[in-house]
Amino acid sequence: MTDTNQDVSTVQVTIDGRAIEARKGELVIAAAERNDVYIPRFCWHNRMNPVGMCRMCLVEIDTGRGPALQPSCMIECSDGMTVQTATETVVKAQEGVLEFLLINHPLDCPVCDKGGECPLQDQTMSHGPGESRYVEEKRHKEKPINVSELVLLDRERCILCDRCTRFAKEVAGDPLIHFLNRGNTTEINTFPDHEFSSYFSGNTVQICPVGALTSTPYRFKARPWDLAHTESTCTGCSVGCRIVIDTSRDELLRFDGVDSEPVNWSWLCDRGRFGFEAFERGARLTDPFVRRDAQSEPEVVRWTDALDRTAEAVTGALDNAGAGSVAVLGGAHLTNEAQYAWAKLAKGVIGTDHVDAQLDDGLDPRLVLGLPGATIAETCAAGGTILVYANDVKEELGVLYLRLRHAAVWDGAKVVEVSATASGITPFATASVRARPGTGPDVVDALLRGDAAPDGVDGDVFARAAEVLGDTARGPLRVVLGRPSLAESAAVATSVAHRILEQRADATFLTTLRRSNVYGAIDMGLVPGLLPGRVTLEDGRSSVASGWGIAANELPNASGLDARGILTAAAAGKVDTLILLGADPVADFADHELAERALQTTPNVIAVDLFPNESNRYAHVVLPASGFGASDGTTTNLEGRVTRVAQAVAPPGNAHADWVIAAELAFALDADLGFDSLEDIRAEIARTAPSHAGLTDEVLDTDPNGIVVPLPAGEAPALESSASDEADAAESPDADPADAPAPEDGDAASAEAPSDADAADGSDSADGDQPEAPRGATVELPPRPELRIPAPDAYGFRLVVTRKMYDQGTIVQQSPHLAPLATPPADVPARLHPAELAQLGIADGALVRISGARGQITVPVLGDSGVPRRVVAYARDAASGAGVDLIEPDLAVTDVHVETVS
Amino acid sequence: MSDTSPDRIPQIVTGRLAAHDDAHTIARYEATGGYAGLRAALELAPDDVTAQVKEASLLGRGGAGFPAGVKWGFCPPGVWPRYLVVNGDESEPGTYKDRILMERDPHQLIEGILIACYAIGCAQAFLYCRGEMALAHERLGAALNEAYAAGYIGKNILGTDYSIDVVLHWGAGAYIVGEETALIESLEGNRGMPRLKPPFFPAAKGLYLQPTVVNNVETLSNLPWIMTNGAEAFHALGAETSRGTRLFAVSGHVENPGVHEVEFGTTTFRDLIYGHCGGIREGRDLKAFVPGGASSPWFFEEHLDLPLETKAVGNAGSMLGSGAIVVMDSETDVVKASRTLVRFFAVESCGKCTPCREGTTWMERILDRIIAGQGRASDVDLLLDVCDNISPELTWPPKQTTICPLGPSAPPSVASIVRRFPEEFERYLGTSFEVTVPMKGAAYVPKPDTAAAGASGSSGESPS
Repeated sequence: MTDTNQDVSTVQVTIDGRAIEARKGELVIAAAERNDVYIPRFCWHNRMNPVGMCRMCLVEIDTGRGPALQPSCMIECSDGMTVQTATETVVKAQEGVLEFLLINHPLDCPVCDKGGECPLQDQTMSHGPGESRYVEEKRHKEKPINVSELVLLDRERCILCDRCTRFAKEVAGDPLIHFLNRGNTTEINTFPDHEFSSYFSGNTVQICPVGALTSTPYRFKARPWDLAHTESTCTGCSVGCRIVIDTSRDELLRFDGVDSEPVNWSWLCDRGRFGFEAFERGARLTDPFVRRDAQSEPEVVRWTDALDRTAEAVTGALDNAGAGSVAVLGGAHLTNEAQYAWAKLAKGVIGTDHVDAQLDDGLDPRLVLGLPGATIAETCAAGGTILVYANDVKEELGVLYLRLRHAAVWDGAKVVEVSATASGITPFATASVRARPGTGPDVVDALLRGDAAPDGVDGDVFARAAEVLGDTARGPLRVVLGRPSLAESAAVATSVAHRILEQRADATFLTTLRRSNVYGAIDMGLVPGLLPGRVTLEDGRSSVASGWGIAANELPNASGLDARGILTAAAAGKVDTLILLGADPVADFADHELAERALQTTPNVIAVDLFPNESNRYAHVVLPASGFGASDGTTTNLEGRVTRVAQAVAPPGNAHADWVIAAELAFALDADLGFDSLEDIRAEIARTAPSHAGLTDEVLDTDPNGIVVPLPAGEAPALESSASDEADAAESPDADPADAPAPEDGDAASAEAPSDADAADGSDSADGDQPEAPRGATVELPPRPELRIPAPDAYGFRLVVTRKMYDQGTIVQQSPHLAPLATPPADVPARLHPAELAQLGIADGALVRISGARGQITVPVLGDSGVPRRVVAYARDAASGAGVDLIEPDLAVTDVHVETVS
Repeated sequence: MSDTSPDRIPQIVTGRLAAHDDAHTIARYEATGGYAGLRAALELAPDDVTAQVKEASLLGRGGAGFPAGVKWGFCPPGVWPRYLVVNGDESEPGTYKDRILMERDPHQLIEGILIACYAIGCAQAFLYCRGEMALAHERLGAALNEAYAAGYIGKNILGTDYSIDVVLHWGAGAYIVGEETALIESLEGNRGMPRLKPPFFPAAKGLYLQPTVVNNVETLSNLPWIMTNGAEAFHALGAETSRGTRLFAVSGHVENPGVHEVEFGTTTFRDLIYGHCGGIREGRDLKAFVPGGASSPWFFEEHLDLPLETKAVGNAGSMLGSGAIVVMDSETDVVKASRTLVRFFAVESCGKCTPCREGTTWMERILDRIIAGQGRASDVDLLLDVCDNISPELTWPPKQTTICPLGPSAPPSVASIVRRFPEEFERYLGTSFEVTVPMKGAAYVPKPDTAAAGASGSSGESPS
């Protein structure tokens, strides 16, 4: 729990005779390590509060009263302190402690997963007494017991360092494992019949200093010395945690978290950590195949045939109905480079803007790009104020939840949540204001204005929230903004953002789209109306066209359709060729019947994917992609942080990298995307995409934690002149990054509306051959929408549809050890306030029928006091479509009726 | 109760309970001058009460012997709320003086609590009573109810503007909770495990991380008398820094075991054991005695004339600690006696830090093996080296590799007998043995060669 940025004043300390400068308040053990003096330890962990329990880090510390043995993990450096880490006394004490730790340790290293990477083993070699004098019988415990579905505990090996239990209590907030008994019989265990069901349980395996905690997916799979380590970035969600991929014999075996200061602090959520199984052990697509027609069996073909068949479809569509009859859905799981390649193929070669990486379940991309941004570190700054109007980050963006929790629980930040139902944030929020779906903008507005609580909002909670938000001495307002419910339209979130910016010019935003690289997709223009580099079609037309070496009018004329538009058009027979880039609209799109109809109607459905799914079973051509772990590239997280992902294993079968598929398809279309390698693509992005100006490989390599784009003004090197034949192409392009508001500045004004001068520049130079510099990498905010929220119907319930970490989604279901954690679809309950259940005269578990304009579902109910009256909450279930079938997509909110089923 | 104390020594804390069987009732308590001390204290400014207690030089009776008035002054000024926590978790083997005070004169304790709270400036006190003391709990509960009803506790007590609440908390049966930071953890509802000092010095960061004074039952029970009779009268008793009277719980091989209130600092061990307690049972010889609880280095015949005074006992290499004196006669098997003491600490180790959790059990196992006749010549040295790894160099006062003093409480008995009675180990081992581990505690001395070498001769020496 050390905040390395907090206090920079220093103190002078002598460690082993060497004078060093330590930060004030820094622990001796940390200061020593920073100066290459390693003090052995088991219980100390730099991301948790010290407890001084294992006593391994005893050193002699003299603060003027003579040297005394002290635990270096508990003592803060003070001026003039003298530390001795290797005196006879220290060595004796450390050897003594290590001998104590070993006397009851089973020493079954030859069959222990930790053997070879075990701190106990390593420190026994480096700091141990060398032999054991213990002749008594060791403690015996039942060999591993399951403390959860994912984690096994071998209590014999445990040295009781309190790391796992501290993690569970202090970091994850799931105090489900504890010390039991006392003295020599002390052990770690769960309470009877309460398993360690934490979304973050895998971290305890990673931080265990012995082999006491092991994970079911990795257990007995490899020996550490056989593992190859590849540093990469998890793409399980958009947080972008840094990881190490461990492989052996071309097999993905384990992900471990890397301590990335700005992002994940070494933690991972279990879905991210164990989701590797999907790529390694899931049912992967390995060969391209085609279906001659809807009835025929799939036929495995060579790549060239599959690409030719695809090119024929695209060419046919272009010839018959023009570029507008080709559409691309998905791409949020691709690398930045692949997204760029596909965007260039779609918008530059094919010429369609009907491209959408989101499936109508996220936010308006122009909102994401138009808001002044905040990084995770800025959002979670000590003592700050955080307003959360978002999807449940605990369920969807696990590690962001850990960071927010840390800020609130340990760093004095205050969190105000405005949401329809209680979420993972609620337990540590200073105030959690319940706002019925659709009323968020008004509630937020009233909070920031200091108005009275709107009708139906708890006055006390509202007052507490308003007080926190009104305390401007706490620094700028940080907003975590997302879409709290799939049944509430994205326009509501847009409206919330406008209302916040109207009241608080200092507000900066962290948006919470969840799909892995959806931010990369937006940046790379894989959404309607945008081109690579955070520019709109209009603003970036000439510069991007020149960068791509095409005429400006070869780019799409106007903003294309979004996912809903594409599927609606396809269902109406207006789309000839639909390319699915890892998208599964039948499962993921709110109206799955529409999606199914669209796929059945479209003559040519091309799917690029990793796994067979509900959507690509309609595809006429299926192209297998190499996917995570088997692809190099970069990815962008929700802060706009670009980090590398790395290939650790060969792609399965004949699968190809996504960008290669795009390039090959371009060739089949007699075009050339103009790059032969990822380096080529990154260089082109740095040249062509304004927001990524200056993001060369050299810059990227300066920080393994990634680079937040756009680069701060002044730090970005001048844009290289593009390889186009216009001689003056690079006329003062280095002004671009300066115009882009640096997220760190939190300057709302520059982001809300680009300056007049810039706008004038843009329009003035639109005529000539010279590609004008786009007017900055940030697009204009979409206008504040006029929301029409229907008045509550006396008999109606307002619908809230949320997501769970473990659901019927592909990655979870393809991971053998995660799949059982998802609630079976038929058991997912509709949650109502207990008083509503009482009014309906039913108990938990009874079936209710929820009916809306579009359909009805029959599900069990569960009383939940976190759900306000007249609201029904339901966790969506991708496989059956239950829940989402109720959503009325054309309305801002959905009202349903709830009836008992006799 | 012994009634043999000389007339000139007032029985400050046990007088009432010795004289009356119903001393635990408020009626008897008030009839015998009860709550006069509180009334006297409320007449004074809080700081003046503290000054009185300082002047009386009342040392803490829990074991460490720190001056109570000084301890109260450690609370950082201006930080509120602050709490008084009463340590009634008396559970060291042989210690039962607080139990008698809680069972038989609970109002005296309550009055002491109220005086202390007034002096410190807290409105909330917690009385932590050991879980096994059912009668004490019952009597304290009844007495608190009586005191509330009589207006001694509660809002605006005795018509003043001072309000105070006292909460009675029942322990769950762990010796370690007698350690003040573990007691605070337990009181907060957590496992009773000690906190690290620094930063968790109770006076600064105690209960609920607020300034907290932790006082022993006997310490507080002295306050009513001091307030009634004056600091001077208290200070007139005793010697050196050890003033007033003190309770000693004597057990073991004496004719008349029990709690004895004696003048602090002037009475000698001989007075106590041979006078108050009637000497060794069946007229046998003294072999050794534990002077201040199970964790103190043992004393022997040559220490009998030491006064029961903190500094003198400390100089001789042991401590008065919690006032538990265990007497062993010539028939005692000291190896087995030591095993019993070590086993206590092994069982009561909380398990938090490694040396105590693993080391005390290992010591017990080695002693078990030796007693079972399966010891090796190297085992005594091994045993002492394990001690050394818990309490480096076996100094006194002990150094420690542990968080709290529980672990270092196990080695003293072992070191005492290895130094004093090596032949008893040899009898079990069937062989002589060599010791390489330093034992730097002053009490760890071989038997004096001449009868002339008395208590004073051994004190302060540091054999190596």
